[in-house]
Amino acid sequence: MKTFGGPALFLDRSDINTDEIIPAKYLTENSKLALKPYILEDLKLPGFDPLADTKEAAVIVTRSNFGCGSSREHAVWVFEVNDINVVIGTSFARIFRQNMFNCGMLAIELSEDDIDALFSLGGNVTISVDIDKETITAKGKREMTCSFVLNSFDKALVQAGGWLAYADKKY
Amino acid sequence: MGKTITEKIFETHQRDVPSGNNVVLDIDVVMCHEITTPIAINDLQERGMDRVFDPAKIKVVIDHVTPSKDSKTATQAKILRDWARRQNIKDFFDVGANGVCHALFPEKGFIRPGYTVIMGDSHTCTHGAFGAFAAGIGTTDLEVGILKGVCSFRLPETMKINIVGELSPGVYAKDVILKIIKELTVNGATDKVMEFCGPVVEAMSMESRMTLCNMAIEAGATCGVCPPDRVTAEYLWPFIQDEYDSIEAAVEDFKKWHSDVDASYVGEITLDVSDLAPQVTYGFKPDEVKDIMELEGSSVDQIYMGSCTNGRIEDLRAGAEILKGRKIADNVRAILSPATPKIYNQALEEGLIKIYMDAGFCVTNPTCGACLGMSNGVLASGEVCASTTNRNFNGRMGKGGMVHLMSPYSAAAAAVKGCITDPRNV
Ligand code: SF4
Repeated sequence: MKTFGGPALFLDRSDINTDEIIPAKYLTENSKLALKPYILEDLKLPGFDPLADTKEAAVIVTRSNFGCGSSREHAVWVFEVNDINVVIGTSFARIFRQNMFNCGMLAIELSEDDIDALFSLGGNVTISVDIDKETITAKGKREMTCSFVLNSFDKALVQAGGWLAYADKKY
Repeated sequence: MGKTITEKIFETHQRDVPSGNNVVLDIDVVMCHEITTPIAINDLQERGMDRVFDPAKIKVVIDHVTPSKDSKTATQAKILRDWARRQNIKDFFDVGANGVCHALFPEKGFIRPGYTVIMGDSHTCTHGAFGAFAAGIGTTDLEVGILKGVCSFRLPETMKINIVGELSPGVYAKDVILKIIKELTVNGATDKVMEFCGPVVEAMSMESRMTLCNMAIEAGATCGVCPPDRVTAEYLWPFIQDEYDSIEAAVEDFKKWHSDVDASYVGEITLDVSDLAPQVTYGFKPDEVKDIMELEGSSVDQIYMGSCTNGRIEDLRAGAEILKGRKIADNVRAILSPATPKIYNQALEEGLIKIYMDAGFCVTNPTCGACLGMSNGVLASGEVCASTTNRNFNGRMGKGGMVHLMSPYSAAAAAVKGCITDPRNV
């Protein structure tokens, strides 16, 4: 199983959609790796530079309804090929969330208070995820730990390395 | 306690219950297009799993960029085409026979009440109009669907959307769904099924019901669904006449896919549409919706009529009502993409294409076209489009471009006036 965690990138907006994560014009690519340079290309946030700011990131922390819009799994792959395997927010669009777990990656839902606390940690934040204990620990200027709930099926998908591996064995 | 339509479909299709919250369903129809499927095909091939669970249950179309515009899209089309042939998939629709998936597949009778339907496309929710459970999925789900004929879902709760009153002239299903999305917001229905019912829905054609269900995803819903009834049976009759003695018999049988009166819902909203004005979006989210009068005079550069939301025959008729004998304004250009060859032909026979062309529209072949800014009809930065599509995301129709979503009737009015305008005054 993968390990999850690392430097966090904060995207302080709700409803970040799949067109912002990876614009439709790149859907003609037939390999995941080819998507790499286009990560979050159309996301406009004050001071946000998609390429520079995602370089070190391993975890994204955001607000609500992340990944709304199209069904494109490219929105998950573009994170995967940029070594981002965890997205943390208050809620996700259904298809995006399912795509994350289907790829053996983590979409973690926290309460609004916990998300606010993460956003206010300050400094360069590093987040580690303990899947068994269902906790995350974040270290910035301050440190915090909070727990999350992982549906047992989603956990099984992550442990199996994704839905294809899981389903191939089982059905 | 009673059950909802969706609970009944889940119960009859349940293959496995991997956790209290998740169900693995047997899938009746797996639909594929050339944007999200080739990468699944390549991956399955690389894994040595180049198989399909049942070629008869897989429906394939090239629709997003067609005819191909460059080498990359030609390659996507080729991967899909070669695969369909190799896997003996008979229902494959290529250039000349192709059209927008969510308009074409219903037209072919592929979707029936009580079916489970998946596709690597978020607007798969459209097919809920037939009383089916139809959901958009990603590529991994698609791969498993192709291989095993199953898909996992969290148990969705159902939200009941009761639509009452009477639509006034110039107001359409598109206006109703925009209003509903405005009220629910873009994630108001996440992980839920939106069940559309009430007298207004009962009076709607299948086309209008598809428009309603099409945009359920814009409120975050897993699926939209309409109770299957006589309208459904009449639409499907050419395809089901060997299965039933009469339309009445089909209507009776379809009742097994109605929610029970004592079914439980997670929420219920009632919308009286009697005073509803034409609606239009103003921002970059589909819940940013206003009465069209509030945007009167707002400038546009392009008009786009088409897509899985509003590229069907009744949409073309609605637009033609305004365009007949008129010209589009000098400051705009206008594009019509009939959603399927059948619709195109019907529009030709009814003289609609002539009306559009005489008005100054460019008429393209059936395709998704400008809807997602991948082929023709792309906007330049700073340009604005009055569009009958379903998404107004920033950059959707071209980087820096902006889209106002509206009904075909309102879009035709914008074409004639050269700006957003209340179509009831045109
Ligand atoms: S018409 Fe637009 S929304 Fe519909 S399937 Fe095509 S690209 Fe998607």
